[in-house]
Amino acid sequence: MSDPSIISCDRLGKTYLDNSGREVVAFEDISLEIARGDFVTVIGPSGCGKTSLLFMLAGFESKTSGAMLIEGEPIKGPGADRAVVFQEYALFPWLNLRRNIEYGPREKAMPRDEMRRKVDEMLDVVGLASAAERYPHELSAGMRQRAALARVLVNEPKILLMDEPFAALDAQTRLSLQRELSRLSQELALTVMFITHSVEEAVLLGDRILVMTARPGQIYADVAVNLPKPRDPTAHEFSDRRRDVEDLLKRASAQTGETISIPIIV
Amino acid sequence: MAAAESAPERTDARPLKVRPPARKAARFWRGFIVPAAALLVWQLATSLGWVATASIPSPVSVVESWYEWVFGPVIPLAWYSGTWTAYALLSIRRVAAGFAIAAALGSSFGLLLGWYALVSDLFDGVINFLRAIPTTAWVPFVVFFFGIHEAAAISLIAFGAFFPIVTNIAAGARQTPRTLVRAARMLGTPPHKLLWRVVLPCALPTVFAALRIGLGLSWVLVIVAEMLAVQGGLGYALWAAYQVNRLDLIVAAIISVGLLGLVSDWALVQLAAVSLRWQRGLVGQ
Ligand SMILES: Nc1ncnc2c1ncn2[C@@H]1O[C@H](COP(=O)(O)OP(=O)(O)OP(=O)(O)O)[C@@H](O)[C@H]1O
Ligand SMILES: [Mg+2]
Repeated sequence: MSDPSIISCDRLGKTYLDNSGREVVAFEDISLEIARGDFVTVIGPSGCGKTSLLFMLAGFESKTSGAMLIEGEPIKGPGADRAVVFQEYALFPWLNLRRNIEYGPREKAMPRDEMRRKVDEMLDVVGLASAAERYPHELSAGMRQRAALARVLVNEPKILLMDEPFAALDAQTRLSLQRELSRLSQELALTVMFITHSVEEAVLLGDRILVMTARPGQIYADVAVNLPKPRDPTAHEFSDRRRDVEDLLKRASAQTGETISIPIIV
Repeated sequence: MAAAESAPERTDARPLKVRPPARKAARFWRGFIVPAAALLVWQLATSLGWVATASIPSPVSVVESWYEWVFGPVIPLAWYSGTWTAYALLSIRRVAAGFAIAAALGSSFGLLLGWYALVSDLFDGVINFLRAIPTTAWVPFVVFFFGIHEAAAISLIAFGAFFPIVTNIAAGARQTPRTLVRAARMLGTPPHKLLWRVVLPCALPTVFAALRIGLGLSWVLVIVAEMLAVQGGLGYALWAAYQVNRLDLIVAAIISVGLLGLVSDWALVQLAAVSLRWQRGLVGQ
């Protein structure tokens, strides 16, 4: 592909200072290229720096070493081109569903008619048209996560950053949201970075799976998943893939970024 | 199943199956039980001679004097007859003016104090010091400064009510969830608009709680100011009644202030209920 990577990290590092002023190295020297339109899932032991990496790409956290580029440009704070879906939804509780989705367009001062049309369209896409006037606390968890998705997709982002978005949902709801997300990301040609704790989810959604080591985090394995979408979790190939990744995750969890340097490409 | 298929689709337009709690009226009237009982005990205590009527006036005598205070003819020598409305309006005006200043300055400054570290670093010390001074300690100074003048009462109220409003709202603004701030930034809100877009709506429940405290304090201070610093008003009548040993009028004045305080608080709560509609179902009761 002649297209350059949309996200690129070069020897990226993040070190926090904890309350007592000690340094906590979340990760060091992560190098990563993500191509346009890729659906990348990230999996790794707790505390290895997944959220940190995602929030740095979102512009919420600053880097402490290395370089991090979006379409060749350094990141200067958050922006509507990089949409974030939080695990805790983060809908504005004082705005009803419609106003939550209108938030982005209003900030861009989009003309009223156009905004109406887009928001209605988005409500349809996520199947929430009948709940448009309700407040977030009047929605179920699954509806809230749909709403959070609609709220960012209406801004036509290029990159979708998701931090365990479906972790708090029941299996049924999670499955339907996974399907929708998979379909939408293909339709809208989104580049997605999706953090999860579930190997099954990682294999179900990812074109590419990054398996990380324990803290300080490093990419232990970079797994390409070439199964056609939508994927069938009961199929043989799927189970094989899942077992591979489970295996890699087990080995990765026993390692830290200090002991490995080059990711295994699978 | 044919029956199921032909059943009309459930829509929101259908008559409600779930009625809102029907006991609202009952709960309203329940609120009068304790006051009525208290009134009854009071009347019995005085009419059965449990207490000397010289030390506690009977409810009936209070109502009689109160009636004269409200509806009696305005006679130059009888200082209280027919003056209630004018005095009540004076007190209300002072509270309204003082509280409005405190609310406007207190809310805006409280939000800034809670949100911007720089503002907090600069002013926290001063505010904590001033807050530690009981407002009543300012009375002599204020009278010296303004003389026996409306401005004395209003500034005392504004000054006193300002501090609880500021500190409570600042504490509320400090509690703004970081995720919501990040969500707003990610959706395109520039940093300088976060205060208006996220911090204020998040802090709104605290804002109203703080305003209620401030309003209550405003009524305290208006009485203090009227007893010591300005002429006219319910606090002035209260003090005048004390000086001529009219216990019945003292009680009438106390109850008048209580009722006005209650009504103003009720109005504020109504305003809060409208503004915080989104919060319904999120909090208890
Ligand atoms: N603000 C902070 N201050 C200090 N240390 C932090 C801070 N945020 C994160 N850390 C530390 O950085 C490391 C990485 O945290 P991060 O939240 O990125 O992990 P994670 O991979 O998302 O974990 P999980 O899977 O449990 O969500 C952890 O050890 C954490 O304790
Ligand atoms: Mg995390």
